[in-house]
Amino acid sequence: MPKLIELADGQARWAEDAFVHVTDEDAIPESGDVILSLARFEAEGDALLSSNSRRVGVRIESDQEVEVLAYDLPRIAVVALAFPKYRDGRAYTSARLLRERFGYQGQVRAVGDVLQEQAGFMVRCGFDAFEAADGATPEAWTKAASRFRHVYQRAADDRVVAFEERAS
Amino acid sequence: MYQYDIIDKEFLVDRSNEFRGQVARRLAGEITEDQFKPLRLMNGLYLQLHAYMLRIAVPYGSLNPTQVRRLAEIARDYDKGYGHFTTRQNIQFNWIKLKDAPDILDKLAEVDLHAIQTSGNCIRNTTSDPYAGATAEEIDDPRVWSEVIRQWSTLHPEFSFLPRKFKIAITASAKDRTAAKVHDIGLLLRQGRDGSHGFEVIVGGGQGRTPYVGPTIKQFLPTDRLLSYLEAVLRVYNRHGRRDNIYKARIKILVAALGAEEFARQVEEEWSKIDAARADLPAAELARIRASFAKTPFEILPARSEAFELAKANDSAFARFVRNNVRAHKQPGYAIVEISLKAQEQTPGDATAEQLEVAADLAERFGFNDLRVTHAQNLVLPHVKLDDLPTVFAALQAAGLATPNIDLISDIIACPGLDYCALANARAIPIAQDIARQFADLDRAENVGELKIKISGCINACGHHHVAHIGVLGVDKKGEEFYQLSLGGSGAEDASIGKILGPALPADKVATAVDQLVGAYLSVRTDGERFLDTYRRVGLEPFKEAVYAQAD
Repeated sequence: MPKLIELADGQARWAEDAFVHVTDEDAIPESGDVILSLARFEAEGDALLSSNSRRVGVRIESDQEVEVLAYDLPRIAVVALAFPKYRDGRAYTSARLLRERFGYQGQVRAVGDVLQEQAGFMVRCGFDAFEAADGATPEAWTKAASRFRHVYQRAADDRVVAFEERAS
Repeated sequence: MYQYDIIDKEFLVDRSNEFRGQVARRLAGEITEDQFKPLRLMNGLYLQLHAYMLRIAVPYGSLNPTQVRRLAEIARDYDKGYGHFTTRQNIQFNWIKLKDAPDILDKLAEVDLHAIQTSGNCIRNTTSDPYAGATAEEIDDPRVWSEVIRQWSTLHPEFSFLPRKFKIAITASAKDRTAAKVHDIGLLLRQGRDGSHGFEVIVGGGQGRTPYVGPTIKQFLPTDRLLSYLEAVLRVYNRHGRRDNIYKARIKILVAALGAEEFARQVEEEWSKIDAARADLPAAELARIRASFAKTPFEILPARSEAFELAKANDSAFARFVRNNVRAHKQPGYAIVEISLKAQEQTPGDATAEQLEVAADLAERFGFNDLRVTHAQNLVLPHVKLDDLPTVFAALQAAGLATPNIDLISDIIACPGLDYCALANARAIPIAQDIARQFADLDRAENVGELKIKISGCINACGHHHVAHIGVLGVDKKGEEFYQLSLGGSGAEDASIGKILGPALPADKVATAVDQLVGAYLSVRTDGERFLDTYRRVGLEPFKEAVYAQAD
């Protein structure tokens, strides 16, 4: 089972990953929590969800728009946002929209080329679970995510920003 | 001037510490050069032809004497005694050792300077009018809004991995000294009929291999809605900008592909969904920023200075300097002084440590601790008393900084070219020096008047050749350096892209060709007509004729 870093109250820690990524070629396992591609979710998600026996997540590629999930979000346990390359920054926008525009409460997970250097940006945009590709530990992740004592702009996290610090 | 508070200062310390750790990991072999490259680029550290180059931001072009002295110190202790000012209000050091980079960032942070977002696919250092707060032309101080953008864009979590680099320029004067229309976003402050202020928003200008003058996508954006609107523009770009081809990844390609109207529509749609109360800057912070820029303690002086008039009458060199390098100030009894970094045989934009120190001293003694960097790679003392001008001039003269050629033919923008840059195909600096030598006669240069020559050593157009009255582009032809001339570009408020004159010329023919172009201009110009205006009136043919007629 892959090692997953989860973030809660500003602390990252190892978590057992209950979810299995199911590719479009694989058969969906008999039981257990699954993360499906968007196409697969659109085709088979309803049936899986109505069986109500397991949780379902959706993987959104960087060229897909999270808006298509708007209606289903309350039923989706995980939205996995893909970074095909760490430099592909589209998932940051997707994460913010999930949190700020759609009020999504489930897990927003970073998958793909996920490096600790991105931790600060990811956490601020609303990611709370990470499949680190660089072998980063939760300790490294927490450190990278909280390196800056101040932030300048509002995002999807609840950090007090510079102009609020100044006003207080 | 804007003062960094404890928040800004701690931010820079945190950033510097982060980079020190990354460099240590690299030097210890824990990460490869491939892994390290994006990290160093996010701190302005490039690997160039011969050494590392560190690019330091000068937010909206504004420096205080302490900062300038620190830059001089870095030039002396870590480089070869000089620094290079760029067209985007940065200073670059060309001979940096990797192991020294963290120490340099620490030393910069001590004086509120940094290299954040001077490279990488993020929102770069926001540039502005070097005359901000000094010129009567402006309808408001653009530094206020530049500082708003500085804060908003610094390590922006959503927009630090854009398809490509992203450059914003902002001006509040009818006369544009920022090249706003060839930026990813150009913000032109306007005054509405009711007296309210808003931005004309230009998106998708740029140079490089596909040069565009950006279209206006919003005529009047109320200033207090700036950040939410920028968020909408950047979000549309982040999602829909091309990522498959580095040459098509800039926002100008997206805007051109969609059409300005459709792009604007998408931005409006996104903007309407953004929670303005969260995205726009609170009025209290805006007021705090504004107050910090309103504090230049000008004296009440007569508009006319006898000492200044007398010096002008008695010293023709001073009079010439005043004609070419001194501009009107909004405050009676003061002037704006441009310091040319384009002396003969000087590399355009270079300043030695000693020259930086002279400039710092002058800013301290005569200029309210304010020094600016211009888009044209020069410096500005924005607030000098007319009474003090003769003294300032003498000090500049002694330091080799009194070249009276601002906006004249020898005030040439040039990229570092093949002498420094890993991307260049041809040298730019020697060509600039050749042309400057050709027009060393100041009487002649003044007679020619405003003429903007800009030289790039490759198609990336860092020397802004597309928007030059006379542009020079270095090209490689089977291992030999050739130069393509273009005419009729402008990076100012009347922005336009130049047209190629004809076949590329060898290096030793460029200065002569420029001379022929000038000759053609002088023979057909009407009274008071700039080179650019003559070209626009008569077209390319007479100029083409002048350069190529005898060639075969």
